[in-house]
Amino acid sequence: MHMFLKWLEERTGLVKSFESLLFRKIPGGAKWRYTWGGLLVFMFVVQAITGFALWMAYSPSTRTAWESVFYIQHIMPFGWLVRGIHYYAAEAMVILVLLHVLQKIWFRGYQKPRELMFWLAMAMALVVVSCSLTGYLLPWDQQGYWSAKVRTHIMSLSPVIGPYLERISVGGDHFGHFALTRFFALHAGFFPFLLVLLLVGRMLLMRRYRQMETESKPDVISEPFWPNQALKNALTSLAVMGVVLLITVKPQWFGFAHLGMGAPLASPADPTDLYAAARPEWYFLFLFQFLKYFPGELEIVGAIVIPGAIVGYFALMPWIGRHIAGHVLNILVSIFLLGGAIWLTLTAKNNDARNAGYQTAAKEAQIKAARAIELASGPKGIPAQGALQLLHQDPKTQGPQLFATHCSSCHRYDGHDGLGAIPADAPSAPDLKGFASRQWLTEFLNPDHIATERYFGGTAFADGDMVKYVTDDVAEFDADKKDALAAVVRILSAEAQLPSQKNPETTETPLSDEDRDELFYDVGCTECHEFHFEDEDMDGPDLTGYGSRGWMIEFISNPAHARFYKSNNDRMPSFREEGILDEEAIGLLADWLRGDWYEPEENQASVAIAEPAP
Amino acid sequence: MSKDELQASGGSDRRGFMRGVLAMITGTLALLGPLVGGLAVVLEPLRQKKHGQAGGFIKVGQLASLPNNGLPKKYDILADRQDAWNRYPNVPVGSIYLRRTEDDQITAFNIICPHAGCFVQVDQQQKQYNCPCHNSQFKLDGSKSNADNPSPRGMDPLDVEIRNGDEIWVHYQSFKTGVADRIPNS
Repeated sequence: MHMFLKWLEERTGLVKSFESLLFRKIPGGAKWRYTWGGLLVFMFVVQAITGFALWMAYSPSTRTAWESVFYIQHIMPFGWLVRGIHYYAAEAMVILVLLHVLQKIWFRGYQKPRELMFWLAMAMALVVVSCSLTGYLLPWDQQGYWSAKVRTHIMSLSPVIGPYLERISVGGDHFGHFALTRFFALHAGFFPFLLVLLLVGRMLLMRRYRQMETESKPDVISEPFWPNQALKNALTSLAVMGVVLLITVKPQWFGFAHLGMGAPLASPADPTDLYAAARPEWYFLFLFQFLKYFPGELEIVGAIVIPGAIVGYFALMPWIGRHIAGHVLNILVSIFLLGGAIWLTLTAKNNDARNAGYQTAAKEAQIKAARAIELASGPKGIPAQGALQLLHQDPKTQGPQLFATHCSSCHRYDGHDGLGAIPADAPSAPDLKGFASRQWLTEFLNPDHIATERYFGGTAFADGDMVKYVTDDVAEFDADKKDALAAVVRILSAEAQLPSQKNPETTETPLSDEDRDELFYDVGCTECHEFHFEDEDMDGPDLTGYGSRGWMIEFISNPAHARFYKSNNDRMPSFREEGILDEEAIGLLADWLRGDWYEPEENQASVAIAEPAP
Repeated sequence: MSKDELQASGGSDRRGFMRGVLAMITGTLALLGPLVGGLAVVLEPLRQKKHGQAGGFIKVGQLASLPNNGLPKKYDILADRQDAWNRYPNVPVGSIYLRRTEDDQITAFNIICPHAGCFVQVDQQQKQYNCPCHNSQFKLDGSKSNADNPSPRGMDPLDVEIRNGDEIWVHYQSFKTGVADRIPNS
């Protein structure tokens, strides 16, 4: 070993340089507050290691970014850990670089000859924040997408160069592939490179200051960096890493109750979806709140002028702080700004907590994110078109939206509009929750219920033949007839082939076709309805395949069709014929009403409970 | 070359100075290719591109799909979109609100909030538009309704035409956000 070191030293001089670095003199001895430099280097190394690992699995394009991050987070072993560390260490780094600057102000660390050191610290803070800003878009989830849109908009407000800056960073008019490739190049290439330059610059400057200090004050005792300062550095690094790891593994202990292990991942970015839950990272909430006080064209003042003036003031602090009065002013300004930022952050949090609209949006966003992950983890996996398509073709996600927009002006779903809101006007068409299920049919054929708002009460059929049949005939049924009616309900409901009624205990031994026809004839159904036969004179809707996917799609497409209500159709539009909804949307609506969508196996028990069979 | 000659050419005299300048010029020339090429790629988005869609009307739906109740309804604008190396036929490129007040009276607004570019929502109960980002509120006619509305202008109206009796066509445009004037985005 000794021989090798000697050999190396003769050719490179590396051993000496390393020793001088390790045993460099620290005037006044090891101190906790000298651990900043080491800590920042440590954090950078952590980000480089985790970042490089993520880089190897990440693919920056609009159809692969969310998908690859999902894969890292939920499929790769320890992917969540690496991503979690990268995410929370980035937040820790933002705090650390800011504290670093504040500490320099407090201890007057910007005095001659250390002005450069102070500016380096400021530059480091700006670069670290830039890294965060660019990194936030990379998962291409709703959160990152909408935040980045607002940010590039703010950037575009800068005088003269603003619009050009926006175009260069976004890579064109619209957020697309190039926004990701560009943000990624900045995040993983340009800003880290700047940060390395700044860290090296900081190290060189520090060395020079310490040399000057030892020379100018020979009576001050100094101590070598190794081992005391090194130990202190290692301990602070471990402490910070411990906190980062703890948040990564147990985010719920820090108030992120809805998060699993690792960093959050919202649903895939959807440029056409209102994302009402858009909020910046917590350390930018103050700026978000600040902007609310600058309406209209004043926005530039809040977004560019004042923040620019503050950064400018900080840059001038070394001169202002030459006299003790200026130094005190610097400290007061810093405290004021820090206090202001905290106050703005709390105000933003408070406003959101009291904003019911935001709370709902945030909850919906969480549900959507969970659903996207569920679908992506499902048996079909993620198609080449990307995970967004999974959500767009998911009845569970799209159904409620479609229902609320197109159906809820007349119909209800379990009393609400599909999304949980209760419309102001009374319903004027049946409640479709559990449509064609045994329970729904049993209640429908109940003389006490058929004429209520829940069924035909609000429709043109309130005085029609069906209501009359139920309230007059069915009401008089004896026990035998009631049993026959129950059998009709079972058979009719089986036509729908609802997923919730596929459980073996709810299926009965089937009747022969003749017995079935006789039963339906006895009870009186086939007087008005077709059921496995064709007769154009029947007024009531065809019951063959009643409530099945095909029946529902045809019905929604055109309820006035000869098979259904013909000229008796109440106000229901012919959604397909009139071009209101396309085939795909009608299919999604039918699937959702039938409760037919993908659920992972562990959830299926709860679905059965949610839609009980009678 | 003797030691004296070496020192003489080291930069103190005129010839040495010229060589220094030459070295810098040569070095810069050597870097010119990658530098200019690289800058051209980085600044490529600044090149203005022609858009086929600009100025045209787009069909957004059938007249029957819009109830005559004065309430806004969201429609997606479908068009072909080129995103870097991909071309997506017939995808949503934006959204609008349509509102029918009379049988043949339809107004259209771009869904984008003129303040910071978020998507404005409809509050059916309060009968107004709300922006979820910075609390801009607009009346159904698009004008600002709250005093502390941070938006510099009302919502952006779009031209609507009814063609062939039952088709709604809209002149879809988006405008620069954050300024009082309506400046169409290229």
